[in-house]
Amino acid sequence: MSKDDKILKEFTSKEYEHGWSVDFDVDQAPKGLNEDIVKLISKKKNEPNWLLDWRLKAFSNFKKMKEPNWSNLKIPRINYQDISYYSAPKKKKMLKSMDEVDPELIKTFEKLGISLQEQKRLSGVAVDAVIDSVSIGTTFKDKLSELGIIFCSFSEAVNEHPDLVRKHLGKVVPAKDNYFACLNSAVFSDGSFCYIPKGVRCPMELSTYFRINASNTGQFERTLIVADEGSYVSYLEGCTAPMRDENQLHAAVVEIHAEKDAEVKYSTVQNWYPGDKNGKGGIYNFVTKRGICNGINSKISWTQVETGSAITWKYPSCILKGDNSVGEFYSVAVTNNYQQADTGTKMIHIGKNTRSKIISKGISAGHSQNSYRGHVKVMRRANNSRNFSQCDSLLLGNKCGAHTFPYIDIENKSSMVEHEATTSKIGEDQIFYCLQRGIDEENAIALIVNGYAKEVLKQLPMEFSVEAQKLLSLTLEGSVG
Amino acid sequence: MLEIKNLHASIGNTKILKGLDLTVNSGEVHAIMGPNGSGKSTLASVIAGREDYDVTDGEINFQGNELSDIGPDERAREGIFLAFQYPVEIPGVSTTNFMKTAVNQIRESKGEKPLDAVEFLKLMKEKMKLVNIKQELLSRSINEGFSGGEKKRNEIFQMAMLDPKLSILDETDSGLDIDALKIVSNGVNALKSKENATVVVTHYQRLLDYIVPDFVHVLMDGKIVKSGDKNLALELEEKGYDWIKVKN
Ligand SMILES: Nc1ncnc2c1ncn2[C@@H]1O[C@H](COP(=O)(O)OP(=O)(O)O)[C@@H](O)[C@H]1O
Ligand SMILES: [Mg+2]
Repeated sequence: MSKDDKILKEFTSKEYEHGWSVDFDVDQAPKGLNEDIVKLISKKKNEPNWLLDWRLKAFSNFKKMKEPNWSNLKIPRINYQDISYYSAPKKKKMLKSMDEVDPELIKTFEKLGISLQEQKRLSGVAVDAVIDSVSIGTTFKDKLSELGIIFCSFSEAVNEHPDLVRKHLGKVVPAKDNYFACLNSAVFSDGSFCYIPKGVRCPMELSTYFRINASNTGQFERTLIVADEGSYVSYLEGCTAPMRDENQLHAAVVEIHAEKDAEVKYSTVQNWYPGDKNGKGGIYNFVTKRGICNGINSKISWTQVETGSAITWKYPSCILKGDNSVGEFYSVAVTNNYQQADTGTKMIHIGKNTRSKIISKGISAGHSQNSYRGHVKVMRRANNSRNFSQCDSLLLGNKCGAHTFPYIDIENKSSMVEHEATTSKIGEDQIFYCLQRGIDEENAIALIVNGYAKEVLKQLPMEFSVEAQKLLSLTLEGSVG
Repeated sequence: MLEIKNLHASIGNTKILKGLDLTVNSGEVHAIMGPNGSGKSTLASVIAGREDYDVTDGEINFQGNELSDIGPDERAREGIFLAFQYPVEIPGVSTTNFMKTAVNQIRESKGEKPLDAVEFLKLMKEKMKLVNIKQELLSRSINEGFSGGEKKRNEIFQMAMLDPKLSILDETDSGLDIDALKIVSNGVNALKSKENATVVVTHYQRLLDYIVPDFVHVLMDGKIVKSGDKNLALELEEKGYDWIKVKN
């Protein structure tokens, strides 16, 4: 058996680490998708009428839309009527402190390695944890509110800061934008809201951990980040989900607004259940993430490390409207076994002197399929704009696939777009070199893969970067002989 | 330390080593010479345990253990080191990181605690002097964009870091100018002790002026056809490999 075959064969056996589920007392809507469900969700959350109307309008549009089929994914038919669209851990009363949080829930956090207590004390990370759609505990709120920063659940924001929400909701990702965003707009359950006022640098990383728990519940969270003039925020999103045989649907929407001189850094480490090694189960992850650089000199930077989900469909994008604004996309997507990923970005240059940078590193193993899809559009008045794209693919074995679909569309003569792409295999020479120094095969692969992804990993905040490196190794563990 | 008996090795259907014998004791330096394509690198790879080669007959004993069932990484942890003829590039992985991973995995296998950042840096600083290598080079992606000389020096630096029992240097002299050759040789000589052994693979005599061998072997057509002391190397230099062919 050649080394490649061996690598291939053993690249299959790693079990999902976060695969367990906890029984909370759950308040769950019956399966099915109709107007009444939309109304029920809105009512459960005490929403104002304008929001209910917005949801209903989205739902009526959704009924007229079709699932997109342009991606390089094989998506099994999803029965949208067989999903429950709302599941909330039953609230006994409003929680005032962590001590009141369900001990089961705290255990959950501990298993995830994100005990809120610890985080609170040690790392200075404010965590807004979303478990099955409803935000449970938010820490650090006091400290943040002294600076005028709002960081809370989406539902809370709807009630307490309705003007801010109403002004920005659906402005970057319109309800009708695409099939999954439209579904989200109709049935979104909760998510996070963040507002950084003028001139404020958020002194800590804001962090949300999403997690899918109850079976047969789709998760449709909605995140809205508004960075006012001259502000800065770094936002972290981490995701895990328990192991289940059936597939679970996840369709989130994230919208970001960056005003003049503002900067938003959004980092994701996605580790949802990818299904077993035969491709059974796993999360379908259809996410719409988009930010607008509204003001001059504003900047939005997306960094993602995608290791989980059975199917990933995700294109975090930037609309560079303000002159001199900057958009960045750094991505590592790893697929193993029967995972499929179709991910990339869109950079839309509208303002003058706008710049964008795309660094995408795909890693495919097993029987997986990994596609980069990118669109760089330079509009007519975007003088002197620049884009640089680098899309690399790394293959482990010969049963997987890597694909690159770069679309470039330039209407301005003074602008420049550069695209570089490479495809490589982990060489036997590289592995032997490591082995000869006493490094075993698993560590060798981890070393080589992390080296390959380094340009992206170094964009992540420290603690996240360490976690991401471990995840990369874990995903590929057992893939080598 | 190393005892090779009747070693036959092939790759695919090509037989490369055809009944090779070699014994190396601790404290010794052996030189293996031979024309291009005679199987020198193959021998080095087979001793290191590269799995592309099939050992079809014979055996390799290292410190009393027969190696056939022992993988390359375990052989390395037991103290076999190979300075590569063509050191491999690993983008994004610095020599520092590469060595840290190696040193700590070797320590772990011996039940020792991993070195922390400070201890590791100290070890590195000490070994850097030996081959006159700069920190800056060690922070770059290993072997990527290195000059020929830098690659070879980096190999010897790694040898110093791992402190092996048996070092096999495969054409470590090729691509070196005279100054670099001296630096590399001084490094190798400084690492020599009664407890370890060195096998120098080369097809030029020049290196052996600096790393003086106790034994010289001539490898031709997959076999050691002649052994002697350092004078054999000089004789070969003068008369060429054909001289041996004719004699056989
Ligand atoms: N991977 C390989 N596939 C086929 N033949 C090989 C391979 N590696 C080495 N050989 C052949 O084996 C012989 C010995 O090669 P090598 O050990 O590299 O010689 P040397 O190091 O003495 O120059 C050569 O004829 C070479 O072409
Ligand atoms: Mg050779």
